[in-house]
Amino acid sequence: MKNISVTLRVWRQAGPGQPGRFVDYPARDLNPAMSFLEMLDVVNDELTLKGEEPIAFAHDCREGICGTCSLVINGKPHGPRQGVASCQTYVRSFEDGQVITVEPYRLRPFPVVKDLVTDRSAFDKIQQAGGFITVRAGSAPNANAIPVPKDDAELAMDAAQCIGCGACAAACKNASAMLFVAARVSHLGLMPQGQAERDRRVLAMVQTADGLGFGSCTNQYECSAACPKLISHDFIARLNRDFIKASFKAAFRSEPNRVVGD
Amino acid sequence: MAQLDSRIPPGPLADKWRNHLASMRLVNPANKRKYEVIVVGAGLAGASAAATLAELGYRVKSFVFHDSPRRAHSIAAQGGINAAKNFQNDGDSVHRLFYDTVKGGDYRSREANVQQLAEVSVNIIDQCVALGVPFAREYGGLLANRSFGGAQVSRTFYARGQTGQQLLLGAYSSLSRMIGSGGVQLFTQSEMLDLVVVDGHAKGIIVRDLVTGAITRHAADAVILATGGYGNVFNLSTYARGSNATAIWRAYRRGACFANPCYTQIHPTCIPVTGDYQSKLTLMSESLRNDGRIWVPKKAEDRRKAPGSIPEADRDYYLERMYPAFGNLCPRDIASRAAKRVCDEGRGVGESGLGVYLDFAEAIGRLGENAVRERYGNLFDIYHEITNENAYHVPMRIFPAVHYTMGGLWVDYNLMSNVPGLFVLGEANFSDHGANRLGASALMQGLADGYFVIPNTIGDYLAGQKPSARPSTDSAEFRQAEDNVRGITSRLLGIKGREPVSHFHKRLGHILWQYCGMARNKAGLEKALQEIPALREEFWSNVLVPGSGDTLNQSLERAGRVADFLELGELLCRDALVREESCGGHFREEHEYPDGEGKRDDVNMAHVAAWEFQGDGKVPLRNVEPLAYEFVKMSVRNYK
Ligand SMILES: Cc1cc2nc3c(=O)[nH]c(=O)nc-3n(C[C@H](O)[C@H](O)[C@H](O)COP(=O)(O)OP(=O)(O)OC[C@H]3O[C@@H](n4cnc5c(N)ncnc54)[C@H](O)[C@@H]3O)c2cc1C
Ligand code: FES
Repeated sequence: MKNISVTLRVWRQAGPGQPGRFVDYPARDLNPAMSFLEMLDVVNDELTLKGEEPIAFAHDCREGICGTCSLVINGKPHGPRQGVASCQTYVRSFEDGQVITVEPYRLRPFPVVKDLVTDRSAFDKIQQAGGFITVRAGSAPNANAIPVPKDDAELAMDAAQCIGCGACAAACKNASAMLFVAARVSHLGLMPQGQAERDRRVLAMVQTADGLGFGSCTNQYECSAACPKLISHDFIARLNRDFIKASFKAAFRSEPNRVVGD
Repeated sequence: MAQLDSRIPPGPLADKWRNHLASMRLVNPANKRKYEVIVVGAGLAGASAAATLAELGYRVKSFVFHDSPRRAHSIAAQGGINAAKNFQNDGDSVHRLFYDTVKGGDYRSREANVQQLAEVSVNIIDQCVALGVPFAREYGGLLANRSFGGAQVSRTFYARGQTGQQLLLGAYSSLSRMIGSGGVQLFTQSEMLDLVVVDGHAKGIIVRDLVTGAITRHAADAVILATGGYGNVFNLSTYARGSNATAIWRAYRRGACFANPCYTQIHPTCIPVTGDYQSKLTLMSESLRNDGRIWVPKKAEDRRKAPGSIPEADRDYYLERMYPAFGNLCPRDIASRAAKRVCDEGRGVGESGLGVYLDFAEAIGRLGENAVRERYGNLFDIYHEITNENAYHVPMRIFPAVHYTMGGLWVDYNLMSNVPGLFVLGEANFSDHGANRLGASALMQGLADGYFVIPNTIGDYLAGQKPSARPSTDSAEFRQAEDNVRGITSRLLGIKGREPVSHFHKRLGHILWQYCGMARNKAGLEKALQEIPALREEFWSNVLVPGSGDTLNQSLERAGRVADFLELGELLCRDALVREESCGGHFREEHEYPDGEGKRDDVNMAHVAAWEFQGDGKVPLRNVEPLAYEFVKMSVRNYK
């Protein structure tokens, strides 16, 4: 494959709450084996040398696992290819002469910090509300004391692969975080270890997501399509079942400190 | 001269940790909440430490430069975590894991620390399973294992090819729980830029908020650094792009000794470089060597032929040939150097000639494509994403890349540095892996340090500190440290030179890879020791850092880190030059056996080199901690 040149139409925004706009930058003579982020590196060095501010974009592992990268490329979170993150997008996926728009996630719970960088701390808050199994270090039973059927462990792992990038919410018309919540709730709910806190977990996480301004799920499944790990929307159905069951139980329980408010 | 007291407990090896636990001073539960502990870093080591200390009742402040603790570099670990569970009934034991680690480290680690690690390894798996880590399982529902390099037993636990991710999410979930309950205060996008030492003790840090540029002071009764390794000093490596040495380097400049910086690990199985724009090298997990066979053509003229067209008789499965007992699973340093050797002989494959084949044809024939997919599917996917090649049909091409750093801040048995009150965990310290780390042992060490060692040993230090006697952040030491940080930032922004930061990082990387990479020699190291200071000088007069200090400024962040790498790189070469032997990842061409194996010098070099900062422009002091092998006999590593 020959080297190509493209035009990047990039969202520039100096800071939170400030107005932003698209600016075009040429990216020339690109080796198809180059990654999309490496292309941005090269453009940024050119901008630096011209005395302009480079484009801020989030990245770290550059191999699709840390969930830091979060570009919306040609309108799609993580770009044209399914099942990969922005950092695993390569120049070979584009054509010579193409105009490529690059913008940040756009949803209220993830405000723009600068250019292509958004604040996704809302996802951490959802985890802090209940995305865990309470175990003090030192108190765990022997690892093989609890057998987990292989199929359950595999299914749990399918859900546990979530990298927390936020593409699901960014792809959703309603800015729903349900795939993210479902992945965690399903992973822990499928394991015997996760049963004790199962009801409390699902209620707390869903409630927190609502409180942070994420919308509700209307079963469009844009989330799964945008997910770099292709996490299945079946987990959302599982989440809904868990949620209904837990809400029902909570409504009929009379303990004073239950998780769901009235 | 620094005081290097390793504080190894007396008594027989197997009893040391237990005896130590029983004899350390304790902080009573009501007093714990009076102590504040700063934990910098929330990878496996930092997240497990912060969560566990908060569970115990200490007040914890957790700092990360990432936007979420879940993004630490630990997330990227693929292959697995070791533990001496002996679930396979294949003869494993705490002692065997201890022994394998000491031998794998080429007899350059501290016996007592390795024993502590091996002993707590069994608790780690229990803890992780209880946290819901979805480890691979057998049909009976019990845990599965795989084998890794440098061991003849199967003791590696794994979660597909995403073991680090699952372990980190486990530790992150505990950390999140403690943040939710108020036990831990989390500071994201907050980079520690200096250590504050008051009356000889570590009592705080200076932090820059990467989003607003605000510089703040934080006091504590003890400071823990769990900030990861320094492999990005080479620019290209398997590390995440943001991994850096700034926290440990600035602590070094405040008096913490830096031990064995030249012990760097080059991983044999990474995807080869394609061009100058390259920003990172992707690891193909060592676990692939369980089923993949490594080869190059026997004849240099075959190296451009399609691999499938080269008949068996014309292939050189060189690891199987040279190391029949361990074959493709020999330790990393040996496998990396062997790859370099065959490429130096002109038999390397791929565009650049810097590559060898990792071939799954035999495994697919034996197990079927589906079984191979089940074991390694995500790795094959990664390979495909990057190279556009289908490794189920054509062999992977791999080449060694910088992957891990065994060196780090010097610590004693309690994981405390020579600066009292400063503890160092995980890859940031030097303690357990000697001159070479075995696969799947870094994750083990990170979690051992965080879940089980520090929660016990920190009490012994704090018990000697008056509760709530933290110095005020208005003190002169804090002011001076803050001024130092502000000074560095404004200097970097003020140079307004002609080259971007990346330019200097690349050049530093080239120097180190060439003269201080897989093979080192005196002349090369001396050359590097001339070139690096010159490059550093050029950096400080010609770097161009755009933008300002009071917004998100990624160029400024990187500039600060590269400035530190430019100093650390020099120390690395200096250490490599003085270490007149070959051991583990440190291979000096002057010291080899006729068959190309590294030759240790146990008479003169069986010690830790702990470098002590003496001031800018001064040669650092090389302190020595002798390594007394009481329980293992040092011998020539033999994997044949
Ligand atoms: C690709 C890859 C695969 C690997 N696979 C394996 C494997 O299969 N098995 C194995 O055992 N090991 C593996 N390793 C090694 C292992 O992953 C690491 O050694 C280990 O995860 C390091 O953990 P850590 O907690 O010490 O540091 P890290 O995970 O690197 O965490 C560092 C933390 O420190 C923070 N930090 C750093 N500096 C600062 C600062 N100045 N201010 C504030 N915060 C800071 C960061 O934000 C981060 O939270 C692999 C490594 C790589 C590169
Ligand atoms: S940079 Fe880590 S997932 Fe893309």
